[in-house]
Amino acid sequence: MSRLVSDLGKDLVGLEPLSANQIRTVLDTAEPFKEISERPIKKVPVLRGKTIVNLFFEPSTRTRVSFEFAEKRLSADTVNVTAAGSSVVKGETLVDTARNMEAMRIDMVVMRHIASGAARFLAERIPSNVINAGDGWHEHPTQGLLDLLTIRDHKGRIEGTRVCIVGDILHSRVARSNIYGLLKLGAEVGVCGPPTLLPVGIQELGVQVFRRVEEAIEWADVLNVLRLQLERMQSGFVPSLREYNRFYGVSSARLERAREDLLILHPGPINRGVEMDSDVADGPRSVILNQVTNGVAVRMAVLYLLAGGTPETAESAKHAAES
Amino acid sequence: MRGPLLTRESDGHQPLMLKGGRVVDPSQGLDEVTDVLLADGVVEAVGTGLGAPDDARIVECAGHVVTSGLIDVHVHLREPGGEHKETILTGARAAAAGGFTAVCAMPNTDPCVDDPASVGFVLAAGQRAGAARVYPLGCISVGQKGERLTEVGEMVEAGAVAITDDGCPVMDSGLMRLALEYARIFDIAVADHPEDLGLSRHGVMNEGLVATRLGLRGKPNASEDAHVLRDLMVAELTGGHVHLQHVSTRTGVEAIRRAKERGVRVTAEATPHHLLLTDEAVEGYRTDAKMNPPLRSAADVEAVRAGLKDGTLDVLATDHAPHHYDEKEQPFDDAPNGIVGLETSLGLVHTHLVRGGLIDLPTMVERMSVAPARAFGLSGGTLRKGSAGDVTVMDPEARWTVRTEHFLSKSRNTPFEGWDLVGRAVLTVVGGRIVWEAGWG
Ligand SMILES: [Zn+2]
Repeated sequence: MSRLVSDLGKDLVGLEPLSANQIRTVLDTAEPFKEISERPIKKVPVLRGKTIVNLFFEPSTRTRVSFEFAEKRLSADTVNVTAAGSSVVKGETLVDTARNMEAMRIDMVVMRHIASGAARFLAERIPSNVINAGDGWHEHPTQGLLDLLTIRDHKGRIEGTRVCIVGDILHSRVARSNIYGLLKLGAEVGVCGPPTLLPVGIQELGVQVFRRVEEAIEWADVLNVLRLQLERMQSGFVPSLREYNRFYGVSSARLERAREDLLILHPGPINRGVEMDSDVADGPRSVILNQVTNGVAVRMAVLYLLAGGTPETAESAKHAAES
Repeated sequence: MRGPLLTRESDGHQPLMLKGGRVVDPSQGLDEVTDVLLADGVVEAVGTGLGAPDDARIVECAGHVVTSGLIDVHVHLREPGGEHKETILTGARAAAAGGFTAVCAMPNTDPCVDDPASVGFVLAAGQRAGAARVYPLGCISVGQKGERLTEVGEMVEAGAVAITDDGCPVMDSGLMRLALEYARIFDIAVADHPEDLGLSRHGVMNEGLVATRLGLRGKPNASEDAHVLRDLMVAELTGGHVHLQHVSTRTGVEAIRRAKERGVRVTAEATPHHLLLTDEAVEGYRTDAKMNPPLRSAADVEAVRAGLKDGTLDVLATDHAPHHYDEKEQPFDDAPNGIVGLETSLGLVHTHLVRGGLIDLPTMVERMSVAPARAFGLSGGTLRKGSAGDVTVMDPEARWTVRTEHFLSKSRNTPFEGWDLVGRAVLTVVGGRIVWEAGWG
């Protein structure tokens, strides 16, 4: 099977391997696709005839639905495979899953997997385009891209912006994709969380580490607040959710020290009252719902580019309404 | 092309004359061009102008190095229970092809070797293999559960040469104390895989920048250091002989050095991979670079090298850990630990450490033959008259490329595929009998 090599290469496994220009290309390509989602008929025919499998080994309604909307709005044929009830639970290996995908001549695979490196593993073994929808603690590149787009929308630029990621950095693929993407586009990046949830050597990536959330809030133009998984408490990384909220929760009181135009992102779903209080999530600084909207546009852009589209043709694709 | 060839031409009764090689035997401070005569399974004589018996097979060894047989005290032969990865037969043959005349089989099989019958099984299967000698180790604890001491004496009488729970560290310090005290009755080593499981917390690679970037759970050096220090303290307390397996950290090496200085009975291993690779080899989620202990930082590699050079790490061992390709062909978290080592060890060590200038050839033989025999009280490790007729002949100039398709091992899991090496075994002799021979090039 020969395939066009797109501006992004064959796959989107992470933001770490991409150049700043490739990242900008995705963000620029997402712009025209944003508008499609505002139309009464939200569909263009650019991926008509393409088959896409959304392969989710870990439950994630949000990401899967966002990808599915993006695929359908580009007129692709999509199939969802989730771990529950699939051969995966019967012990099929990822290699066999990959071979089956290949045998069915799937054009693209969107995969969420519990193991770091799983997306790359699949990408190296099948000719289809592989899009990483989150692999273990490693990367969640489309989340990183939609965060970048949201910051760019609101701040007008990414370069020079101070972005602090708050929470469980150790186990977070969102944090890693954000760090890689933001640094490549010239942002200043900070991370803040309890030391038990900060990976060793994180400073060597070029980020600043804040021990206390108050310092992070004072420093930042943008806070990207991560979800604290309940299991972190169960495995003892934090003693309790209440204590986490007390020392790392983003609350209105703490935001009094923030800049006027501090922007607050959250990849969702929010644990209200844990990493973020409700009045903050629903408040004027929060752009959480813009992130969700941008998520669909960014994913449309990624699918479109991997299928061989270019940023220039994206604009014209937008006008090709389906009849 | 030199291909592996198992020969049964000489049956051990036919005397064997190895003529004109560079004979290196650090056990007697010997390093000179001379002849070695083996007869009746033992070393008959070493010297020039030896008269060979009429029926002797004479092998010209000019340009080759003749040493006491290499011994690998840390291999996993997987039998019983893991025969799809390796068997005692394939492992013993792979060992012979790598120039080893003896190996010590780790007891973490399924079922594990924790009673005299199992020890006897390994011993018998090793003898049937007719390749490298196979010395069984027995478990420290029943079922390798870390709770209750095995019948150590019974196992020793059945042929076990040491005890270990390798694969699992002995986490209970009290059990370690009992094992070291009890093993003194039989004067055997207690080999431990030093890892504090609480600190390594299910890590899958070295903790550090690479793990952070790849999103993989890391094991800190401290997980090994703490356990090494614990073992040294308990050895000091008991006067027992502790053998620390696959030491990989700088602090661990230094602790062993200090302990040896104050007379603690400790021997310790370095593996070729911890001497040659850092955790950067994991880049790209390469499961062939996944092992336990993990590949560490460059500073650790330097320390392990220094430890090998000065003898702090007196034994070079491979931790040969075969795995079926299906098992390594998985996401990194799910792939098992370990790499095969028997058929690459000599070439890697000779190329990168001897020719690389870290150690000289006699030191290599000391670490790969003399010290291993001494650590576990094995026959061999010397060419003294009357000692076991175990000899390795290597061609120090042979250039070859690691190709896993040529391995006699059942498994192919190595990060060294495609490496160009200089030096390899051409003849492996066990008990005066040739068990492996390469085509003379
Ligand atoms: Zn071990």
